[in-house]
Amino acid sequence: MDNAIETSDLTKQFGDLTAVDHLSVKIKQGEIFGLLGPNGAGKTTTISMLCTILRPSGGTATVNGYDILKEPDDVRKSIGIVFQQPSVDDILTGRENLRLHAMWYGVPKDIRDERIDEVLRLVGLESRQNDLVKTYSGGMRRRLELSRGLLHLPKVLFLDEPTLGLDPQTREHIWEYIEDMSRERDMTIVLTTHYMEEADRLCDRVAIIDQGRIIVMDTPDNLKETVGGDIVCLKTANSDVDRFRKIDSVRKVEVKGDHIVLTVRNASENLQKILDIAGKIESVEIRPASLNDVFLSYTGKEIRPETGEGGFVQRIMRERTLR
Amino acid sequence: MSQAEGIYALWLREIKVFTRERSRVVTSIFTPLLWIFVFGGGLGSAVEVGGVNYQVFIYPGILAMSVLFSSVFFGVYIVWDRKIDILKEVLVAPLSRTSIFVGKVLGGCTDSMLQAFIVLLIGFAVGVQLTPATFLLAVLILFLLALSLVSTGLIIGSLMESPEGFNMIVSFLIFPLFFFSGALFPLGNLPLWLSVITYIDPVTYGVDGLRTVTIGVSQFPLYLDLAVLMGFAAIMFTVGTGAFERMK
Repeated sequence: MDNAIETSDLTKQFGDLTAVDHLSVKIKQGEIFGLLGPNGAGKTTTISMLCTILRPSGGTATVNGYDILKEPDDVRKSIGIVFQQPSVDDILTGRENLRLHAMWYGVPKDIRDERIDEVLRLVGLESRQNDLVKTYSGGMRRRLELSRGLLHLPKVLFLDEPTLGLDPQTREHIWEYIEDMSRERDMTIVLTTHYMEEADRLCDRVAIIDQGRIIVMDTPDNLKETVGGDIVCLKTANSDVDRFRKIDSVRKVEVKGDHIVLTVRNASENLQKILDIAGKIESVEIRPASLNDVFLSYTGKEIRPETGEGGFVQRIMRERTLR
Repeated sequence: MSQAEGIYALWLREIKVFTRERSRVVTSIFTPLLWIFVFGGGLGSAVEVGGVNYQVFIYPGILAMSVLFSSVFFGVYIVWDRKIDILKEVLVAPLSRTSIFVGKVLGGCTDSMLQAFIVLLIGFAVGVQLTPATFLLAVLILFLLALSLVSTGLIIGSLMESPEGFNMIVSFLIFPLFFFSGALFPLGNLPLWLSVITYIDPVTYGVDGLRTVTIGVSQFPLYLDLAVLMGFAAIMFTVGTGAFERMK
């Protein structure tokens, strides 16, 4: 079996809204696959269907060779999930959360403690394992959830926005754990994110999705290649933009507010020519193309930054005030 | 095998949460104490019913009440668990919905029975005599009540999205169930309308059964009380498994 996941025309409709629209994708065994897109693009819905939480309106999929419609129990036994929202039990200790999970997933009794020790070590929570989860920070909870997702040795691990709302340092840690897991276990990992740098850093392949459809799917490097070069952002006194179109190395010219944005092949070598034509310059910025530029060039929109309604940490704060 | 272990794990989780949230236990014991000693003791100083002191008369009713309230309100925790997403972990596990329901019901019944045991002990303070046989019968009746009422609470919980909504629906249900059960008055000389409603209220048969075994005062034969309670439990349990099957 070469593909861990295969979907064919997977579709989910909520009333008039088509959240996932005829999605067909093959995810290889052992790969880290990213679903990248803005909020509401259908990432979580896709994952929910693959995890057999949601029933598709049309199409189907196999996960580890099991049909999500006909063999949901086998699918569930063979996958691990880390949800977007925190789902560890506050009033239990970290270890108790893992023990219950092991029992729900039928991890045999004789290897249960061993497995729990192992995953706690992997995420560095051994010293806090007997503390109540309500005393954990957002990052620690996320790590506990990661370890829980791994406990029953799933063949495929789904991570729904694994670093949403976490600070940069914690995010870096989580990324390292995910990379370790993928390397050590040859595990297939499917993650959703709307953070470009997360997809770029972790994923072997990325599918950019918008409004339930895959717009483009490739390795992060190939995707960035499609933009056609580096991004040069200029602010000049002369607002005429057509003069830049005459330069060979300039692939694309756009105006954004009072800035002129050029897509330039090999910008570091061709910069002088651009500057000569630009005349008097107020500011200039050169950067390599990012996945955001890829998204922009395919959809004409930017991936909106998180507005804070569904953040992991915000959820925890709300949960605390509710209890 | 794995389902049995899963059910055990669900039960274990409820017990851990229950023993850690002491406020749950304290508040659930406090209300019966008020009823027995303030209401029962106060009215009991002047009133006798059916040849027994009023405080002793309402004691079995209050026993049933403590199980009624704690059992039905157990359903609110599933609303919370869904709201704060910890139920998702269970719903996505390779467990059947029936197993999840059974685990939750057993957890809720254990909570209710632990509270009922404390109220049973209080019974000695008001002069209720129990033999081992009547004690076991009382436990059986309390368990049947808990089984049906925890199921009822979970059914409502599985349908509600907010704890506020749950509390509103349950208040509409729980007070009629309590007041029409004859927990506070004898059923002998009621006006027809009231009599009809008390006969429909399944909790009536729990109160009557408990009254029979604890103080020897009864309206119906014990076998009828037990039969109605078993039927009530079977119906609510079946409806509950169906409700969990459909729960999102």
